[in-house]
Order: sequence, then C-alpha cells, then structure tokens
Amino acid sequence: MEAGFQLALDSAPFLLKGAYYTVILSLGGMFFGLLLGFGLALMRLSRFKLLSWTARVYVSFFRGTPLLVQLFLIYYGLPQVGIELDPIPAAMIGFSLNMAAYACEILRAAIASIERGQWEAAASIGMTRAQTLRRAILPQAMRTALPPLGNSFISLVKDTALAATIQVPELFRQAQLVSARTFEIFTMYLSAALIYWILASILAHFQNRLEDRVNRHDLES
Amino acid sequence: MIVVEKLTKQFNAQVVLNGIDLEVKAGEVVAIIGPSGSGKTTFLRCLNFLEEPTSGRIKVGDVEIDGSKPLNQQQGLVRRLRQHVGFVFQNFNLFPHRTALENVIEGPIVVKKMPREAATELGRTLLAKVGLAGKEDAYPRRLSGGQQQRVAIARALAMEPEVILFDEPTSALDPELVGEVLATIRSLAEENRTLVIVTHEMSFARDVANRVIFFDKGVIVEQGEAKALFANPKEERTRQFLSKFLAH
Repeated sequence: MEAGFQLALDSAPFLLKGAYYTVILSLGGMFFGLLLGFGLALMRLSRFKLLSWTARVYVSFFRGTPLLVQLFLIYYGLPQVGIELDPIPAAMIGFSLNMAAYACEILRAAIASIERGQWEAAASIGMTRAQTLRRAILPQAMRTALPPLGNSFISLVKDTALAATIQVPELFRQAQLVSARTFEIFTMYLSAALIYWILASILAHFQNRLEDRVNRHDLES
Repeated sequence: MIVVEKLTKQFNAQVVLNGIDLEVKAGEVVAIIGPSGSGKTTFLRCLNFLEEPTSGRIKVGDVEIDGSKPLNQQQGLVRRLRQHVGFVFQNFNLFPHRTALENVIEGPIVVKKMPREAATELGRTLLAKVGLAGKEDAYPRRLSGGQQQRVAIARALAMEPEVILFDEPTSALDPELVGEVLATIRSLAEENRTLVIVTHEMSFARDVANRVIFFDKGVIVEQGEAKALFANPKEERTRQFLSKFLAH
C-alpha cells in the first residue's frame, strides 16, 4: 500500500498534465457547446421552418450516435476528405458539437417553459423579441436550464476520457501509460478516478452557487 | 384616439370577431362587457396586436396598421403603436425576477432609453401613485395579487401611454383585493385618461365608464352611455345578460 502511495506521488506530474488536458477539453466543450447550443435553440424556436428543421436534424444526429463514433469520424474519418486535425482540436470539436446538441434541447425546453404572458408583457411595453429574450425570458429560463446543464457538463468531464482513443494525452490516457509501464494498474486508475471526482465536484459546487444566485428572487423579500 | 374599422378575427374556421367598428375619443373611459367567449378579450388584444387580426384597420394616435397584412412585415409599426398603448393583463404578468421598481422602469430604460436615474425617479413616483410606496424592492412573489396588479398598472403608466387597455384586471383577484385595484383604475379615469376596460364588474362599469359596449358572438350588440345602458338596455340579448348580474 505504501509503495502504491509512493507510486501515485511519483506519477502525479503525468496525471496532472493529463488532468490539464481534461480540464481544457471540458471547459472548451462547455463554452463552445453552450454557444452553439444557444444558436441551435434559437433556430429550433424560429418560425422559419428550414432553420428549426436543420436544428432538429442536428440534435437528432448528435444525440442519436455514440460520442466515440463521432470522435472517430472527426479524427480518423475527416482526413479521408482532406481535413486533417491534430488530436486536441479534433477532440475539442467533437465534444463541442456533441455538447451543443444537449445544450440546445435543454435551452429550448427552458425557453419554451416560460409562459406566454411574459412575452406578451414585454411586447406590451414595446420591447423587441431580442430585448424580451435577453431581459425577460433568458434570466428566467436559466433557472430551469441550470440543473440539466450542470448534469451535462459533469457528463462531459467524464466523457473526455474517450479522447484517449484519439491520441489525446488526457488524464485517462496518462493513467493507461503509467500503468502499462509500472503494472500498478489499480493505483493508477484509482488516482485517475479520484481526479475526475474532484473535477466533477468542483463543477457541481459552482453549479449550486449559480443556482442560488438565479433563484435569489425566491429567497429575498 | 382609437379608430377601429371592420376588424375581424378568425381562429381557423371559427369567427371570433365579425367586423367590429369602434371609435374611442381622447379622455373617454370605455367598458366592454359580455359573456365569456363573446370575443371581448380577443378584441382588446387585437388593439395592441397581441392577437393578429384577420382583417380590418386599427389606428391609435398617429399609428395606423392594416390588420390584413402579416404582422411580421410591420413589426416596427406594431412596436411604435404599443408604445402608445399600455396593457394590463388579467394575470398581471409581472417579471418575477425583477423587483416592483425594476418592473416599472424596464420599459422606460430598455425601450425609451431613459437614463436609469430619471427612470428610477419616475418609477418611485408611479409606485407611490398606485399606493405602493415602500414596496419598491419587493419581488412580485412577495406581493398580494392586488399589489401585483397595481405594480402592473404602474408599469403600463411608465411608458406614458395615450391609451391603457385593461383585460379583466380584477378577475384573478381574491374578492377582498378587487376594491384596491378598481380604486386605482378609477383614479386614472378621474385624470381624464383614455381607458378601455374589459370587465365583469358591472357596478364599476356603470359608475366609472362614460360608455359601455356589450359584446356577444363577435359583434357589438349594443353600446351607449353607461348609466343609460344599464338602466334601460334596448336589445333583448343585453337585457338577458344584465339580468343575470342583477339577479344576485
């Protein structure tokens, strides 16, 4: 056990370097996924059939196919049509596109859950649709959207382990490499699991803080 | 102030408004009464295009809109019209994430680009006017229905509208809270504001309105000076409707 602990310490630099990529991929996937997902949600809610249909097909594809397959398509598949990507950009694109599909559905549902009277109240004082969305609808929709978004983000942190399969030296990949060298398989994967757990817990903490903030009009008098 | 010509509204095959003509003069207080499903609320919502008319023309102040053209193509015009027309909803529709004061100053700041300080001063004045001084920082959830509706009236007033439309403003309220909202509306009537009120409060309509309009089945069955219409309705249908209220 002591030897295992020593090994964990010795391999810490490798694991932390892997964790660094895990964090980068997670944050990037969340950021670009949310951005793209918001655009898709607006398309979904648009009265232009072509826009909403395009978004619908997008979501259907990226939710309906395995993330692993999507990553392979991007990293191994695209070079065949002349698009070669390094592992990290390929993973970043894959996670962002995938996250966007989930974010789209969450945001669309949250926006749709706001009662029509709120749109009408804003319209009645002369606000544009964009002003209404920004000032009246989104602040309320975020309350509904935050818990499922938090869930998706936490899933994403864990799913970044799939990037190991396309040569990204993230946390899981590093654990694999070290354990192949030292045969301390249990220790290495346990260390990796603990780091994922810590990362997810930090995220959950921020999610809770954010939820308290957007719910404050419920709490204060 | 308001001119409506041949306004019609169909939901699919169902005709809800069947050629309404109406003129409301500045300073007039008009009450619209009628049974549920008579089209009176739809009519009111058409006046500021919360409902898209099927055909007809609506003019408020100097803004005129042809209801037969799709609204998407005249959104700028619709927004201009709405800035002249305040609307008070049956369910208040306050923004729950904003305080009473923030609800009131939202329009002036976002739509009229009024500086925040001036808007805040206006908002405080208006909240005091509707009897809610001291409630500036309260969120809607913490206010009674009557208080929320008075915030909604202040929010409408903040845009300095030429006309205010009320859609059954007391129907969602507990009986003991109806009076405070009616008193607020009455005080607006006394300032010679132009008001159009869809209501089931018959005694209020009789006492406060200059003119009463009776709607049924998508048409105006009868209209006239308020007290005269209640005392002596000419149409059989009006008499039937009013007798249900007098029976109580």
